[in-house]
Amino acid sequence: MTALARVRNALGVETLPLLGGLVLVFVVFTLATPRFMTPANLSSMAFQMPVLGLLTLAMLVPILSGGLNLAIIYQANLAGLTLAWTLIQFGGPDAGVGAFIAGSTAAVAVSAAAGCLMGLVIAYIGAHPILVSLAMMIFLRGLGEFLTRGGDISGFPEYMNVIGHGTVLGVPVPMLIFLGVALIWHVMLKRTRHGFSVYMIGSNIAASEYSGLPTRRTLVLIYTISGVVCAIAGIVMAARFNSVRVGHGEALLLVTVLACFLGGIDPFGGFGRVLPVVIALMILQALSSGLNLLGANQHLSTAVWGLFLIGVMALRWLISQIGQRRRREA
Amino acid sequence: MGSLLRLGTVEGRLAIVLILMIAGLTIATDSFMTLANVTSLLNNNAVNLIWAVGLLVVLIAGGIDISFAVAASVVQYVAVYCFAFLGGGNWFIGFVVCGLLGISLGLINALLIHGFRIISIVITIATFNAFFGLLMFFTKGRFIYNLPDWWTDRIFIFEHQSANGVWSELNLAVAVMIGCVLITWILIRFTNIGRQLYAFGDNPEGARRAGVNIALMQCVAFGWMGLMASIGGLMQVNIVKEVVPNALYGRELEVLAAVVLGGARLGGGRGSILGCILGVMFVAITQNGLNLLGISPFAFQMIIGAAILIAISSSNVTLELRSLTAPRSERKAAE
Repeated sequence: MTALARVRNALGVETLPLLGGLVLVFVVFTLATPRFMTPANLSSMAFQMPVLGLLTLAMLVPILSGGLNLAIIYQANLAGLTLAWTLIQFGGPDAGVGAFIAGSTAAVAVSAAAGCLMGLVIAYIGAHPILVSLAMMIFLRGLGEFLTRGGDISGFPEYMNVIGHGTVLGVPVPMLIFLGVALIWHVMLKRTRHGFSVYMIGSNIAASEYSGLPTRRTLVLIYTISGVVCAIAGIVMAARFNSVRVGHGEALLLVTVLACFLGGIDPFGGFGRVLPVVIALMILQALSSGLNLLGANQHLSTAVWGLFLIGVMALRWLISQIGQRRRREA
Repeated sequence: MGSLLRLGTVEGRLAIVLILMIAGLTIATDSFMTLANVTSLLNNNAVNLIWAVGLLVVLIAGGIDISFAVAASVVQYVAVYCFAFLGGGNWFIGFVVCGLLGISLGLINALLIHGFRIISIVITIATFNAFFGLLMFFTKGRFIYNLPDWWTDRIFIFEHQSANGVWSELNLAVAVMIGCVLITWILIRFTNIGRQLYAFGDNPEGARRAGVNIALMQCVAFGWMGLMASIGGLMQVNIVKEVVPNALYGRELEVLAAVVLGGARLGGGRGSILGCILGVMFVAITQNGLNLLGISPFAFQMIIGAAILIAISSSNVTLELRSLTAPRSERKAAE
């Protein structure tokens, strides 16, 4: 086995090409604008990426299991609202750290409960995840709008700034949270029994059921854990924007799916890794920040993200075609 | 219990629920079963149903389309400039121009899906972002109010003034909706292409080996979706009298929920026009009923979401009993 093959085996097939793509994007933008490779820009990128990153991780495991969780944004919003209400009960800006911990726990519980309910319906009733999570999305959005009357809640204690805007050894705290969750995700998928079940269910749920894997329990757990990460994303969002509103980040919903596909996750489930998805997220963030520095707005970035995904998929198809031809000739 | 739930199809059960809802609302409110309310229900949901039958064709063919609502917005915007270029236009030119634009956008999806052998959800999420991003970038989010008169003039296909002076009327959109539903029904029910769409959706590889032209199927499904998306967009402008680039953003998921609720299977090969109509009606009547019952508008979405969740849970029970528990019962038999 050559060294390259060994690296590819360890990191996954998608990692190296994506890393190449990331370097390419960085080089192009560094040449295009002197402001790209500056500490200010890099730091603002590192502050912006984690919210999308956490939401993408929440989307990742359901896709790996052959489903989809379209409710993530509103699960995160509702978790943020739960935290905000708890803090307000304890005096808003004057609330103590204890209130924050209680609020965060409640936030995680709310979002996880929504996820658990989806998991139960998907696992025990056999409804399609797209439809279940879509209904949950409409329900949670409605619930949030009903409770807040469409307004926003702001006025959080000072110390929450640390989560949203603080740094540790120069690394933004949201980034640390994101990297921590990504690491846990990697370990969970590669090293635990649950992770193994996720891949097996994604490949072939009937075969997994016959093989004695607890498919239903795994499905419930998948959506519950997805809810927990949504809550973390919601708390980070609350800290970053210093306010909570239902609908914050709703444009990110389909971007998270896009990031997963870009990171080489199989749309049918069963195959994919965390690391390429993290790199894909960095590419998306670099594209968006770079275009922003060049004077384009967020909408052009959205379009470029979509076109970039089509380009990458076309490239993958081309490579697989060449590979097939070579095999046929050999 | 199982035999009771297995009664009839998804469409049958949804119809029973709807009849119960209609009966309940007729008794509970004075205003539900009035001509004015029924006509306004039809007016308000015409565009949704036009899109729903388009999406139905894609779902039957085993695909999914996330991009159609923003594609409809793109068509509206481009059409405004086309009409100006053509010196105003009229309804005939409107349908031809919008139809061609919509079909082209649908064909972009179809060609990418077929050409690169990529699953439709990936491509349509990508084109969703591309269409919407480019539209917002080039239009800078501007609204257009200055539209040709023929486009925004109300055309009523039915008018009636009741004894107490309340006008009930049906818009042109309702007539177009009926036309779209009929023609889609004929396509999927009575034509060779329609049978091939079902076969292709149910088992693409099997259909291919039986001689079905896969590329043609993708083009028909997404082209039809594009056509319906653009006709819906054209009618939407006739109703709201303005072109707003992000007005239709987000509608795709609601239409999808209604269509799948009506028994169309994500994964292809199953779905009917009747189910599609019932699915759209279910969402529309739930919302209308809540309105008439005087429930806070802020609670609508919440209740509709819960209603869909309950509806899919109950409509999937029988399927589940047959498929997912099969291994378990066989295992028990083996023991």
